[in-house]
Amino acid sequence: MERLEVSAASVLRLAPHIVFRFDDTRQRWIMMAPERLMLPDEQAVEILQLVDGKTGVGAIIDALATRYTQAPRELIATDVTAMLQDLADKGCLADASAH
Amino acid sequence: MPPRIDPPLALLAELTHRCPLSCPYCSNPVELERAASELSEAEWRRVLAEAASLGVLQVHFSGGEPMARRDLLALIATASDRGLYSNLITSGTLGGAREIAAFAAAGLKHVQLSFQDFAPANNDRIAGLAGAHTRKTNFAAAVRAAGLPLTVNMVVHRQNLGGVPEMIDMALALGARRLEIAHVQYYAWALANRTALLPSRQQLDDATRIVETARARLKGVLAIDYVVPDYHGVRPKSCMNGWGRQFLNVTPSGKAVPCHAAESLPGLDFPSVRDGTLADIWYRSEAFNRYRGTDWMAEPCRSCDRREIDWGGCRCQAFLLAGDASRADPVCALSPDHGVVEAALHQAESAPPEFVYRHFS
Repeated sequence: MERLEVSAASVLRLAPHIVFRFDDTRQRWIMMAPERLMLPDEQAVEILQLVDGKTGVGAIIDALATRYTQAPRELIATDVTAMLQDLADKGCLADASAH
Repeated sequence: MPPRIDPPLALLAELTHRCPLSCPYCSNPVELERAASELSEAEWRRVLAEAASLGVLQVHFSGGEPMARRDLLALIATASDRGLYSNLITSGTLGGAREIAAFAAAGLKHVQLSFQDFAPANNDRIAGLAGAHTRKTNFAAAVRAAGLPLTVNMVVHRQNLGGVPEMIDMALALGARRLEIAHVQYYAWALANRTALLPSRQQLDDATRIVETARARLKGVLAIDYVVPDYHGVRPKSCMNGWGRQFLNVTPSGKAVPCHAAESLPGLDFPSVRDGTLADIWYRSEAFNRYRGTDWMAEPCRSCDRREIDWGGCRCQAFLLAGDASRADPVCALSPDHGVVEAALHQAESAPPEFVYRHFS
């Protein structure tokens, strides 16, 4: 088992045991992992909705840069990569590029 | 002002107190509940359905040994149907590959497997069961073969704490992504054995240093959950993140309690799921409201700026050590009762006595 290093070239999917869904009771998106509940903020939700096992991290950054023209692409790239790396380190993401 | 009550996040479903192990620090109450008093499958299914409607997100199937219940597979399936994220907390000493594969197919998301030590002989001595380590190792392989994520839970104390490096190696070898190094907490059976279990300051500091180094080395490979035992801390743990704030436990016979140790508290009438709905119990029962929020607090908690961080620490510990559940948790250095904790820590510096093993009285 090696650490999953996230870069613009990565293609990611949610790990098989991760549940990312809208919770009707709390009216917000939640992410569940073994013995852990995460409450992603609006930005994180937007990023996670693009993690589909096909779209590369670079393309996710491009999509967000198109949506948020006032933020420099480099800043978006840094934030997105850091967030995804953090989730990968928590075991929430898997490498989809091999498939 | 009465506290705002949010829906619970998690349900601990203690399906049974039956267990092939007899660990001397078992968190089950000293008065174990017998098989004849256990909730039926139909009753548990109703509890799971009500929990989901109430807003519970995660269910932890625990015990005793939950695999001692023949209807566990059906309960896992019910939990999945209701959208509950399900976790099996097991000793790994009953059942194996066939059961695990069926659980995975029914929607189980994760297995937490306990070990009593990395070394088979000491593991089996502490568990009070010959061959337990071998069964657990085989069980771990079955979990991974079924594609389920595995957490190894290692309960630590002064009689195994020196083995933390080997525990980490073992978790990696078993294919775990998470390792919980959980210090014994001193309630019920563990309180009876406290002098045999509480580590010395030196042992603790050595273990903490090893964990911190390993965490950095294994980032993204193995997550290590490690909490310093509260006796050695300065401020109390935020027990259950506050009484009746996020967490609900149902015992084998159907009593609803805010934490697995709360039954030790006198003067609280814990409602049964046989007599009312979970929603009634959560929002309206006297027992769940008793220590909610901060209004019940006395000094030094009442004016403490950490009162909504620590929530006064643990009510059970306040009762067990200070004789009054509404006092500050005595592990807090600000507590007027802190001397009892200091006395226990002082004892921990000398040689440990023999274990008292868990048993039905």
